[in-house]
Order: sequence, then C-alpha cells, then structure tokens
Amino acid sequence: MPKIPLTWLAESVDLVPGSTPEDVVTALARIGLEEEGIHGSGVKGPLVVGRVMSLVKEEQSNGKTINYCRVDVGEHNDPAGPGRKPDNKVEYPSSRGIVCGAHNFVEGDWVVVVLPGAELPGPFPISGRKTYGHWSDGMICSARELGLGDDHTGIIVLTDMGFDAADLTPGQDAIALLGLDESTIEINVTPDRGYSFSIRGVAREYAHATGQAFTDPAALPVSGAAGAGFEVLIEDAAPVRGTVGCDRFVARILRGFDPTAAPPAWMRQRLEAAGMRSISLAVDVTNYVMLELGQPLHAYDLAKVTAPIVVRRASSGESIVTLDDAERALHVEDLLITDSEGGHGARPIGMAGVMGGASTEVSETTTDILLEAAHFDPITIARTARRHKLGSEASRRFERAVDTALPPVAVQRALNLLVEFGGGVVEDVYTDVDDVPTIAEIEMDWDYPARIVGVPYTAEQVIDSLTEVGCAVERDGEVLIVTRPTWRADLEGRINLVEEVARLQGYEGLPSVLPIAPPGRGYTHSQLVRKSVARSLAEAGLTQVLSYPFISEKRLDDLLLPPDDARRDLVVRLANPLSAELPLMRPGLLASLVDAVKVNLGRGAQDVAVYETGRAYLQSRIGKVPSTFSGEGITPDDVEALNEALPGQIRRVAGIMTGNKVAAGWDGHATPWKWTDAMAMAERVERACGVVLEITPDAHGAITTAPFHPGRVAVYWLEGELVGLAGELHPKVCENLGLPARTVAFEMRLDPMIDESEGVLVTASPVSGQVLAKEDFAFVVASDVPAGALVDVVLAAGDGLVEDARVFDVYTGEQIGEGKKSLAINVKMRDADHTLSADEVLEVRNAIIAAASEKFGAVLR
Amino acid sequence: MTDLSPLDAVGVEDAVQAALAAFAQAATLDELKDARIAHTGDKAALTLANRGIKDLEPADKAAAGKAMGAARATIGRALAARTEELEAERDARVLIEEAVDVTLPVNRASVGARHPIETMQDRMCDVFVSMGWEVAEGPEMEAEWFNFDALNFDPDHPAREMQDTFFIDPPDSGLLLRTHTSPVQVRAALERREALEEHGHGIYVICPGKTFRTDELDATHTPVFHQLEGLAIDKGLTMAHLKGTLDHFVQAMFGPDAVTRLRPSFFPFTEPSAEMDMRCFVCNGEDAACRTCRGTGWIELGGCGMTHPNVLIAAGIDPDKYTAFAFGMGIERTLMFRHGVTDMRDMVEGDVRFSQQFGMEI
Repeated sequence: MPKIPLTWLAESVDLVPGSTPEDVVTALARIGLEEEGIHGSGVKGPLVVGRVMSLVKEEQSNGKTINYCRVDVGEHNDPAGPGRKPDNKVEYPSSRGIVCGAHNFVEGDWVVVVLPGAELPGPFPISGRKTYGHWSDGMICSARELGLGDDHTGIIVLTDMGFDAADLTPGQDAIALLGLDESTIEINVTPDRGYSFSIRGVAREYAHATGQAFTDPAALPVSGAAGAGFEVLIEDAAPVRGTVGCDRFVARILRGFDPTAAPPAWMRQRLEAAGMRSISLAVDVTNYVMLELGQPLHAYDLAKVTAPIVVRRASSGESIVTLDDAERALHVEDLLITDSEGGHGARPIGMAGVMGGASTEVSETTTDILLEAAHFDPITIARTARRHKLGSEASRRFERAVDTALPPVAVQRALNLLVEFGGGVVEDVYTDVDDVPTIAEIEMDWDYPARIVGVPYTAEQVIDSLTEVGCAVERDGEVLIVTRPTWRADLEGRINLVEEVARLQGYEGLPSVLPIAPPGRGYTHSQLVRKSVARSLAEAGLTQVLSYPFISEKRLDDLLLPPDDARRDLVVRLANPLSAELPLMRPGLLASLVDAVKVNLGRGAQDVAVYETGRAYLQSRIGKVPSTFSGEGITPDDVEALNEALPGQIRRVAGIMTGNKVAAGWDGHATPWKWTDAMAMAERVERACGVVLEITPDAHGAITTAPFHPGRVAVYWLEGELVGLAGELHPKVCENLGLPARTVAFEMRLDPMIDESEGVLVTASPVSGQVLAKEDFAFVVASDVPAGALVDVVLAAGDGLVEDARVFDVYTGEQIGEGKKSLAINVKMRDADHTLSADEVLEVRNAIIAAASEKFGAVLR
Repeated sequence: MTDLSPLDAVGVEDAVQAALAAFAQAATLDELKDARIAHTGDKAALTLANRGIKDLEPADKAAAGKAMGAARATIGRALAARTEELEAERDARVLIEEAVDVTLPVNRASVGARHPIETMQDRMCDVFVSMGWEVAEGPEMEAEWFNFDALNFDPDHPAREMQDTFFIDPPDSGLLLRTHTSPVQVRAALERREALEEHGHGIYVICPGKTFRTDELDATHTPVFHQLEGLAIDKGLTMAHLKGTLDHFVQAMFGPDAVTRLRPSFFPFTEPSAEMDMRCFVCNGEDAACRTCRGTGWIELGGCGMTHPNVLIAAGIDPDKYTAFAFGMGIERTLMFRHGVTDMRDMVEGDVRFSQQFGMEI
C-alpha cells in the first residue's frame, strides 16, 4: 500500500500548520483512507557530514584489513592532541578517530558519520568503543545502516550520491541532508479508490478532509501537439468481457539524453521513502511520476524498437523475457505491447500494464528514449498479474483504474524531469491514440443522499460535495445530472454519489436512531434444541471445544473406515487446502475432534472429556452448481438447483472421553469413563432433542460401526434412520491415534432428531397419587438375552399397571451355570384410581413371571 | 435412717431441697439420672413416705396427700428443667464435634464448560432477538453465487482468487467454504421477501456462524473463524438507523456509555460503506498506554454500510421501494478484546483449560 512522504504530499496540498504525521493520518481516516503505519527514519543524531583526513590500512591477525581513519566532523571534533587510549601515544589534529572495514573510499572523501549517543534503525544505540587496537568513536555509515536502501557493499560517499562537495561542510547535520527527518505515512487504499495510489490522489483526499487548498500536480501545460509520432496501433482481437484492452496510448520521443546523468539526491530519497529502489535517471523518473500522479510509465530504448508498436493479445505458445530476466509463457488473454521487429507486431516488448520486456529496456548507453503512458482495461491487467503472480507497482494501479486523462500529462511531467537532469530534446509531435469512451451522465434526485444516509443535506451541500470530488453537476428541477471526473471510474451510479456526499459531509454527523423491528418469532426450535444439547453435555462434565474440519487421507484409515466404504468417494475434498497433508473435510466430527483430545493429552492432561457441536460434510452426490442463470433476479428454481448441488453438511454433536470421570480423592476412589458414560451422553442428547430412539447392538450391516469397538457400541435409530453411535473406540483406533486404551466416544446426527421433534407437543398423562407397590425379580436367562428385551416384556406384562422396570443387578457365575446370567429387576406398580391390593400385586407378579418364561425361558431364581 | 413421715413437714421439705440440690449439681445427663433415681426412685425417702400415706389415719390422709403432691411436683419440675438444660448442652456439643473441613475438595467429578465462542455468539444473538430480530442460518459449504455474485462481487474481484477462498474440488464445482456469513443475508432475504412485499413486515435478521479463509493459524489469524452479520430491510431505513442499531448493540454488550463511530470504507456489498469502531470500554480514550485499544481510544468492531442496490436486486427486492443496512463483526475478535485473549491459538487448539475459564455463560 502506498507510502507517502509528507514533504512530497505538501507540494500538492497545504498541510494544516503544525500538523504531526498522526494528525495527517487521522484526517485521512475520516475521509476513508485507513492508516497502515507511520514511518520515521529511525535515525537519531548526532549524524553528521565528515571529511576523511587520514586513512591507515592495518592488516589484522584474522586476515581482515581495517582502516583507522581520522575524520573531520567540524564542531564535533576532539581538540588537537593525543588520541584517546589506546591511541594516546600519537598527536592528532582536531578530528575524531573511527575504525572502518569498508574500502570504497579514500582520504578527502565526504562521508556520513554517526557519533556516540546516536541511534540507528534497529534500534542500534551507538557508543564509542575499543576495537582492533584503537578507540573508535562511532561509525562511517553505509546506505543500508541508515535505512536508505539495500546497499551495504561500501559506505556512503556523498559526492557519488549526487551531492556537490561545495555544498558540504564537516560537522553539518546529515539527517536533514539525507532526508532522514522525513516522516512517511502508509495508508490502505480500498479497491474503489485507485486514484489514491498517488500523491495527487492522497493530496486531494486530504483537502476533502480538511478544507485545505489543493494544487493539482497534473495541471501542467503539455507542449507540442498530438499527431504522427511513433506509430502505435491497437489491435485487440479478443476483448475481455467486451472491453478493449487499451483505450489510450501516448508515445513520445526524447533524443540526445545523457545516459550517465544521475538522478538527484532528493528524487532518490523520495523513491526510497516510498519503498522503491533507485536504478537510473530514466527509470527513476518514470517511477517518480507514477508515484506522484498515479500514471504508470514505461521508457524504451528508441534504438531497439521497430515501428509500429502494436497492442494485441498474446498468441498461443508465445513467450516473453521480462525486465527481471524471467522467461514467461503467455496466455492468449494476456495483453501485449509488441513492436514490428521481424514483422508487424511480431515481437513482444512488454506485458501491458504489468512489466516491460528485456529486449527494449533502457541501458547505460541509451540516448534516445521512447516514453509510453497508456490506459489499460483493469480486468485484463488484473487477470494477467494474477495469472503470472506478477503484481507490480504498475499493475496495482491499472487494476484499480487509472485516470484516462493522465497519459499526455504524465509523459510531459516525466520529460520535463528527464530534460532537467539528463538533457536532450523532446520531439514536438507525439502519438496519442485516444479511444476513451465518453463518460455517461448519472441522474439523481437531489434529496436521494438524504434519504439513504438519514441526514437532511441541502441541495447546495450535495452539489458542493460532488463538485469538490471533481464531478460536473447540473441541476434540472429536482434532478441533478452528474458527470464523474476522469479519475473516478468507481462512480458508476447514484448510490456511489451518495457515499461521496456522506463522506465529504462527514460520517461524524450521523444521528443515532434505533429502528423498530416488527415483533419476531424468537429462536427457532432447532436453535433452542442445539443450545440445550450443548448445555446439557457441559453440565454432564464435558468441555466444548472447536476443532478444525480439515483432515488427512490417513485419518480415514486410522479410523478404520473400510477401503471400499462408499463414504470414501463422498468425502469432500478441497481444491486448495492450506496444507497438502489435510486435503479433506471431515465426514464426521470424531475425525477431527480426536485432534483436540491429543492436544490435551500432549499437554499433560490425563482425564479428558470434550465435545463439539458442528457440521460434518459428505457429498450427497458429486455436485456441480448449474450455471444456467445470470444472477439478476434469482428464481426459486435457481435457488433449489443451487441448494441441491451443495454437499450434505448436517449438524452433529460428538464427544470423546478418556481417563477418569471421577478423580480419586480423600473421600473415595476414582471412576473411569466407561462405555456406559458414552451411552449416557447419547441419552442426554436424545432427551434434549425430544425424541425416543431405538438402540441396537449393531448397525444391521447398514454401515460399519468404525471407529467403535464392534462389541461395545450402541447404535441409535430414529424411525429406521441411523442417527448415532456411542461406546468404546476400537482398540486399533486408539492405537492408531495414540489415544489411551478404552477411550469412549459418541457421535449423533442432530438435524434428523430435531426435525422429528419440531412441532411435536407432549400430551400430558395424569400423575397418579395412589400408593406405589414394589416387587423385585431375579430371572435366570441365557446369557445372550438382551436385558432391554427382557425389561420390555416385563413392562408389557402388567396390563398397564407396571409403571417402571429397571435392571439393578447382573450376575454370572457358577451358581447360575454356564451360558446363563441372572438379571435382577425392580418393578414399580401403580393404578390410576386405587391402591393395589395384595392379590392384585400377586396377579401382576405372576403375569410377569409367565411372560418372561414364555418369551425367554426365564426362570425365577 | 428412720423413715420419713408424710406428716413431717420439715423432713419433707429437707428431702425436696436435697433433691433440688442434687439435680442442680448433676453436670451430665448420666449424673442427673443417678440423682433422679436417688431422690425419686423406689427407694427414695419421699417415695417411701408417699407410699406410707395409705397407712395414715383417714383424717390425716388428705393433708399428707396434698403435701406430698406438692413436694413431688416441685421435684418433677426441677428435674424436667435440668434435663432440658443438659440436653441442650449435649446437642450443642454434638454439633461442634461433628464439624467438617469445608476446604477439602468436594467435587471429584469431571466439570464441563461451553466454548466461549459459542456462548459469545449466543449472547450477541440474545441482544438482537430481544429487539425482535430473527436468527438466520445457512450452509457452510456454499455456492459461489451466494458467496460472491449475489453480493455484488465482480467476477474478477481479487477475493475470488485462490489465495483467500477455499474452493471445493473439482475447481469448477462452483462450490466453496463460505468466506463470510453474508451469503446468509441473501438467503434470509429470499426466504422473507414475500412477508416484506405482501404484509410490509420489514426483514431484520442476524446471521451468526462459522466462516473460512485460507489464512495460516497464528496469534491473530485463523483459517476457521466465526462472524455475526446483521441485515435490516425495510421502507425508509437509513445510515442513521444503522448507527442506532450498532450503538444499542454495544451498549447491551459493554454498558450504557458505549458509543460507536463510523469511518468511510469499501465493501462490494454495501454503499456507502463504513468501518465501525467502538469507544474503548477499558480506558474510554483516556489512557495512551491502554492495551485494549493500543492507545487509540477506539476498538475496531467490523464493517457495515447501506446494502448495495445490486444485492437487493439479486434477492428479488426492489431497491427503489426498500432500503437496507448490514453490518458484520468477528466473534473471535470480540472475544479477544472483551476478555483480554491475546492469542488466537488458545481459542482453536481445543485445550480444555481455555473453555474452562468461561464456564457456562459469558
């Protein structure tokens, strides 16, 4: 995002007197340019100009040669006399002694010296110290040490940097000289304000925010005349989305330029401050003008370009070597600048608006320059930049739309600078291919902004704001006819004009009015039930966590999903996962919830009980969204088609428990989490959902019960649909995932259960106040008789008088015999309207015994 | 010892006084029992004297009976009183002796907690539901049309590129993991537009939920996060109503003095657009060293604006008849600044100690 040196900004807009950088970013934020940062140089003085008086090369035992320099730093000099220990054996003239390892300078050179007490970016505080047998008072600085660029090959020699020795004095403050007192603000430009990618645009915005005077740096006279300059043809045979790739192309020639001329120090400093490197005068000027006006420019070596230039799409198989010496294979949608070396438009010399080519690059021998400033279609440029992962300063601007009026002006500004610092003669006649379409007028009721924003703007305020941003406004009764400025391609319709009025008039003035919504229906059944499920499990001792839904292929194997399981084909796969290791979306919650368990175990926990509520994903079929509608005014059929293509993603709840449910303590022993607890949690979920589920010991072959222990899993059914599993994890799964043995878990599908209970009202039965009769039974049955089945028989046997029956003991052993077990059942009996007599109780008892015997051969013990 | 005569008034009185003294001296219920047996038992002087009444002359019987009755009543009252006293002392002593150490750990059973992202989401929803708004939900795996096209994202908008959005394989499936909860706005509007057009019931919904972007997990980013989005569509809604709604929301969450401010910004689905900030509830803008607002005095809440007419059109709603506003904020971010969470990773790694700090409500 653009970095704006404040002195540069001040050339186009009067900063409010006394403004700090913080004040400037606050003003810009008010108008919609967000601060990204404020950058100082990080250099604190004394940093001064020094002249090297003497330089003695001393070879060290480590093979390095250092220079012991005496440097004249004017008022900062030590008085003449012996140096500081250990240099106190020698008399020196008034100066300072500094040890320097660089070798790109000689006696008499003008250098930059940082003295003790100063601070360099880092921050690195500078102090005097003993080194290589000398006392060294600070450092002679390189560009990199001062944050002025990457150059660390040697120290700064000021005359090489463009400074005139006549302007330099020993001891002179180098902070101001090098522009290190400059503050740079960095702002975030939203995609609708491409014009703010320039000093010009930011200055205009600052003027909008503060009312200060704006001077347009693009308001400069263009010399000469458009006509038959260097021939340029636009031949776009395949416009993208109906827009020709280039609608304006200005090309102008400068002859007799001095290629050895250096860019002035101030220009280099500003480029560095704005985050660009100084390369050569010709290149620096194009960058400087781009930063200032927002118009990207390109300089060609005229001698290397063969007329005519043709702007066209790339052909299949074509490639180009760009300025960074990379060969790039082109796509037929890429827009190219070509010249006619080897035939009409035969040679690509630049990827339009993205990067120039190497073949026509300006060099240290270029004397005749062809300067290009064009306007390219934002979408074409954006696609090319993204396709080649080649975001450049130019493409960043073009894809946000550049001012269509700028090309001739930007070329003029660049030529003025080139001539000023590098000489040469500008050709009078220049090329200007101008196919820019006329800007459409926007009609808007003058009170429309007030109706949208809720502030009673007057017609004058609306007109003033729009005029200030550069619009031409005519009033026709109640209607304003608005023509946007060339630099505001984002102002497409009247709603965009509303935002301009609102932000120029200030968001601070917005009143606060609470709208009154119509009475709502509260939370839905599903929302209430899900909250109840979550709460119920937390109350039961489980902690809710959120795991990432991304899993590996291996996780499915670890969970023992059979290789031929149909779900393997239906797992949702990401086209661009964050990690190639985790390309799949979880088909169930347990698949990712184990990660949370492992985190806790890894951090030393032994007792872990967690649950998660959320969605898991499984394609109902490999869907593809139909693309049969344009998107304007979607129909219910369209929505249905879209929804049908969506993968299944029902809501679920799952939990994993390992270690102890009840810890050992002073008042009792530990109780581990067991399969029974997993089932008890499933029962809580069932109850919270308001449904009654059927439990079976296996899935009737419908699906595998992986990842559970096949003998210790309960399968839950709702109207024949499998809705959950609970029990012990398969021993192999525990081993695969590094979980403790006998870890237990459950996973339930919430949506079908919630749908089932939606709208179902409980019909209350009367509660009998009669005396309760209790009877205990101990039945011996074959060991494979499910206790639940026996209980069902008991409940049914009592002719409606059995209120409850519960197994309270299970016994196997020698007394019972091989292949048998004893189930002790407590039965509660009660009638609605009278206390049961002893005879009646006995009758029920006998009926129960008879039924158990008949159904399961149960024998009373 | 000679037998006490029931007619010996002095002797009877002495016996009564001896009994009263013995009761008073008894320090425990056992000693009192001994004293009772000694003074009122079968062999006590008064008992024997009482028994002697029947042998008296008939003329004396009445007086003797009366005297003995009075004596026995006095003793009986004294015994009852002392018994009560000693029982009370014993009861009090038992309560002291049975005292337990209440600083011992008492619950050894696993204690659960809800995840604060979920409870925060619930709490935020409660604020709006109490205003009559409804909670709308939508799929996490979403059609590209709902996530982008319907929300006025140009087909070439950079957000559609691979670097931000998780796309579902195959790449041309037109499916993705929703990058924001905004597609639910469009779904909610489609579902409710009939009530809007036929009955004039304005649409006021919030859409909380899980969202996805291809950011690597670090202290301030997570690829899976949660948003709360609001949408209101009605006749005559303005940005002032947006601000009023936001002010009400932050006051419900942060106290009656909370205020918001809006700054111009850009989102494809709103115009005008704004960033919303809240006055720092910790320092109220008065502490340059405040860690919550980093000394700026304001906390960034999220983005908002007037719903772009193109979005209303996509949902089949006439932007010339109705206006709408929308806002969105990150639930992770809200949790971070409201509760001083400094590292995003604590929220997503599943360490139960993080959720445990928050318990059941937030």
